[in-house]
Amino acid sequence: MSTATESAVAVLIVLGALVVLLGSIGLARLPNFLDRLHGPTKATTLGVGALLLASAIFFSNRDGGVSLHELAILLFLFLSAPVSAHLLAKAALHRQHAVNRRDHEALTASDSSLPGDIDEAS
Amino acid sequence: MKRGLLPRPLLSATVLLLWLVISSPVSAGLLVLGSLLAVAVPLLTQAFWPDPPRLVRPARALHFVGVVAADIFTANWRVARQVIGPLCRLSPALVEVPLDLRDPFVVTLLASVVSLTPGTVAIDVDRRRWILLVHALDAPDPQVLARAIKQRYELPLREIFAC
Amino acid sequence: MLNAAIEIAFVLIGAAQALNLYRLVRGPDTVDRVLALDTMGINTIALIILFAIRAATTTYFETALLLALLGFVATAAFCKFLLRGDLIE
Repeated sequence: MSTATESAVAVLIVLGALVVLLGSIGLARLPNFLDRLHGPTKATTLGVGALLLASAIFFSNRDGGVSLHELAILLFLFLSAPVSAHLLAKAALHRQHAVNRRDHEALTASDSSLPGDIDEAS
Repeated sequence: MKRGLLPRPLLSATVLLLWLVISSPVSAGLLVLGSLLAVAVPLLTQAFWPDPPRLVRPARALHFVGVVAADIFTANWRVARQVIGPLCRLSPALVEVPLDLRDPFVVTLLASVVSLTPGTVAIDVDRRRWILLVHALDAPDPQVLARAIKQRYELPLREIFAC
Repeated sequence: MLNAAIEIAFVLIGAAQALNLYRLVRGPDTVDRVLALDTMGINTIALIILFAIRAATTTYFETALLLALLGFVATAAFCKFLLRGDLIE
């Protein structure tokens, strides 16, 4: 492998890993859930994308052809990342809503001082 | 709806291409098997597919993919700095983006693009009022963001699919 | 040089996994834990790709692809459960 391609692969690997780390820093640091969602869902997609690109260059260079396995993984990640982000955000809002309603019901129940347990239907 | 052996040529081509990519190196036997799958999968799953709008301007679509890819890079860089920097300077916001699109497939495409570009996540689509609910990590002025999304992503999509 | 880069990348992604684990343990809500698990899955794919480059074999790609598929299905199922309280309607 020539020095130029080797250094390109090395740079891509370190960059990709750095982006993955940044995504996780966002996940650990940001204060509430909807903010946290921004860190990993996209940073990791780009980070893993850079690593896959590095791997495609590496194996194409070694085997003398074009290595396309990576393309399938990349395509799938880019298709699934928005969908899982959307599902997670929806689940978070739904739970927040359910908690608010339960608090509200508990409050009104204690106001009217009705005995019995609160129905948790959602 | 079109009938025949290849009701969805684009889907068939995608299946064949993915099959060849995953099972490379290519051999004659794999090519035959892949062609069989490319015919069988669209026929078997036809009942599940919504009627997608027609792609009328392919060149514009390629340009749009380029714009989105560039945006993913620049926005990633911005979000990376925001994540490391002081968090109190961020102003996260839920933004309602009124849509002119009505086609479910194209709205899905728009939501995916919004979610893929860092800093914004599409949360939900209100199909009664046609509003896209977007959460932004840092949006001091929600109106500016809503206009930017409409201008940068929705307008090209409407041109590409002519709807 | 390539080996040094791979070692550095292993350390960086290992640190990322530690941060994900922190969020997984800390919570506070179930949604946070699901997000942390999803991220751990994607970071594991990154580790597998790194390992494939270091070992110089393409055998690991199927593992990475399967992990991507399973991770997505798991996240979708978790979210469905949180939304409906039930998996099979």
